[in-house]
Amino acid sequence: MPKIKLAENTIQIIKDICSEFNHSEGELINVLHKVQHTLGYLPAEVQEVIARELKTSVAKVYGVVTFYSFFTMVPKGEFPISICMGTACYVRGAEQVLSEFKRQLKVEVGESTGDGKFSLNCLRCVGACGLAPVVMVGEKVFGRVSPTQVKQIIAEYREGCATEPAKSA
Amino acid sequence: MDTVQLTIDNKPVVVKKGITVLEAATSAGVHIPTLCHMKLDDLNIENKPGGCRICVVEVEGRRNLAPACCTEVAEGMVVNSHSIRVINARQTVLELILSDHPADCLICAKSGNCELQDMAHQLGIREIHYKGEQSTYREDTSPAIIRDVDKCIMCRRCEMMCNEVQTVGVLSAINRGFNAVVSPAFEMNLDHSVCTYCGQCVAVCPTGALTEVDQTAHVVRALSDPDKTVIVQTAPAVRAALGEEFGLEPGTLVTGKMVSALRRLGFDYVFDTDFGADLTIMEEGTEMLNRLSRFLEGDESVKLPILTSCCPAWVKFFEHQFPQLKDIPSTARSPQQMFGSIAKTYFAEKMGVERDNLIVVSIMPCVAKKYECGRDEFKVDGNPDVDYAITTRELANLIKLANISFDRLPNEDFDMPLGESTGAAVIFGTTGGVIEAAVRTAYELYTKKPLPKLDFHELRGMDGIRQATIDFAGFPLKIGIAHGLGNARRLLEKIESGESEFHAIEIMSCPGGCIGGGGQPYHHGNAEILKKRQMALYQEDSNKKIRKSHENPFIIQLYEEFLEKPMSEKAHHLLHTKYFDRT
Repeated sequence: MPKIKLAENTIQIIKDICSEFNHSEGELINVLHKVQHTLGYLPAEVQEVIARELKTSVAKVYGVVTFYSFFTMVPKGEFPISICMGTACYVRGAEQVLSEFKRQLKVEVGESTGDGKFSLNCLRCVGACGLAPVVMVGEKVFGRVSPTQVKQIIAEYREGCATEPAKSA
Repeated sequence: MDTVQLTIDNKPVVVKKGITVLEAATSAGVHIPTLCHMKLDDLNIENKPGGCRICVVEVEGRRNLAPACCTEVAEGMVVNSHSIRVINARQTVLELILSDHPADCLICAKSGNCELQDMAHQLGIREIHYKGEQSTYREDTSPAIIRDVDKCIMCRRCEMMCNEVQTVGVLSAINRGFNAVVSPAFEMNLDHSVCTYCGQCVAVCPTGALTEVDQTAHVVRALSDPDKTVIVQTAPAVRAALGEEFGLEPGTLVTGKMVSALRRLGFDYVFDTDFGADLTIMEEGTEMLNRLSRFLEGDESVKLPILTSCCPAWVKFFEHQFPQLKDIPSTARSPQQMFGSIAKTYFAEKMGVERDNLIVVSIMPCVAKKYECGRDEFKVDGNPDVDYAITTRELANLIKLANISFDRLPNEDFDMPLGESTGAAVIFGTTGGVIEAAVRTAYELYTKKPLPKLDFHELRGMDGIRQATIDFAGFPLKIGIAHGLGNARRLLEKIESGESEFHAIEIMSCPGGCIGGGGQPYHHGNAEILKKRQMALYQEDSNKKIRKSHENPFIIQLYEEFLEKPMSEKAHHLLHTKYFDRT
């Protein structure tokens, strides 16, 4: 794994977040949430700082990061795309929607496009089963998505996303 | 004492409140099978994740089956440990575990010593009804330990040892569900991690997922090479445990049989690491006295306490975790390495053997010794002072391979000169032993008076951290002892915070010291075995004619003929070392 060197102020941000949670090992998940929210992702070097600050082992931190699919060690795209693979979405064709995203963006699940615009991930149930199949782009939820709409969704974001996408729910 | 009455398999039992159904059943003579659970009494070591579900029992009035290892007893509880429902569940659970386990028992390193294999036998598994995908993972080989994760059953014992007992923190469960494995951070290999190679993960692994790097084939090859002179040294803890591999009662001393077995294997000279231990005491004891007298004279540059440095896992631990303390441990090499260094210089010269044609093999209770003998500072032009370090278990395998009937072997003595040793060296194999040996010598060198008594009971025992003050003719010498790296960490933190003050500290990485080493016959969770090995070493010590290292006649001769005096320039070059910041 190539090593990256964290900037001093990045380290300080992580330390501040750990202080906010009193450097308590029991707050590991909350710390990871906040750090990911702030930095966008949790590379190895960030996990090392967190482990040191919370006085726990890097292996434990890595164990938690790899257990929860929410946490990511690769930078997410500017527009992170998540396809719900929960039961309702799955039976209503989420898999075909996913393959269309993979085909259009030329990336696999967990990867980002070369220009850093999009990243592709799966998640389990966002609680909008009535709108199945559901796709999220950033915080925005798209409902009843069919594979034919995929191209249009991508295009709207690629072109700057000035207008509200037509099919958002 | 609060008690609880319950019924286990129709038998009324009264037990202490708060204990588990498993413990209550054991006290009533009911043996409930377990797989992930492991408890080492008196050492405060317990693994109880309740994960494997092999120990399930039926509790009347409860809808589901209860895991006995983590279900507390309750008043009036009615437990059935072998109803048909329980047996079916247990067999199903085991079949599911086996359905994701390679069926290569015939050629597995753990065969015959595998708790999973034993369980399949005990539960009468004759068919695995569940066929499905098997998880696969790359094999990870390091200088001492091999991880074959395909054989892991996620009992989490290794993780508990690595994190809670040793506080090394290399191993953790990572990923989720079917993809979950126990691994170092970022799935790096062990040799890139802060692993100390203490081998306690190997000591508790119920299957073949964690094993030592087997070097017996190299030893066999060296023994059959007519151009090589092959000599062997045996660590003190080996003689107190080797017999177990041949069905002898734990705690049976087999020193004489071990020597004759090694001779029959073809070693040209059978020597003793205990000689190296006596030499360690001469060097380390002198270093301790030097530091102490300078300290008493008011020299503020002196670093105290002095820490022992015999244990390679402990050395690697402080190099990673406490690099700021790397000036405190004694610079004395471990007995294994002192022996190797003397063997390839003094002894090789005496015998007229070229260094390259002398092979030094050591028999160790330890897997970290494999790593230690490969460290660059213990090599001369790439040739290591110790060529191969094999474990007690590997020696047993060699003896079996050579068709030797261990129980019928006569008792034989070590060869001279590097086979002579004292009682002080023998107790190096147990927690408290190194410091007791050092005290015996340092006391006499310091006070110039004979010791009034040789047995220091205040230094013995199994408590994780112990302290004692020894009267050095009016000077109170404060001694600390820790075994298990977690205890070592706690002791070091107390020293750093100024909470505790010591003059000398002994640290051994494994619970119980080398008798509980990662290369010893598997204890399978029975701490009594460790205590019996410990008693055996103290017994061997009291049987010895000479019990103080500085009275070993061949040690005296070695200094006269070769080394001049302890801490001489030559001794410094051959018997001392330096440490590295590995952060």
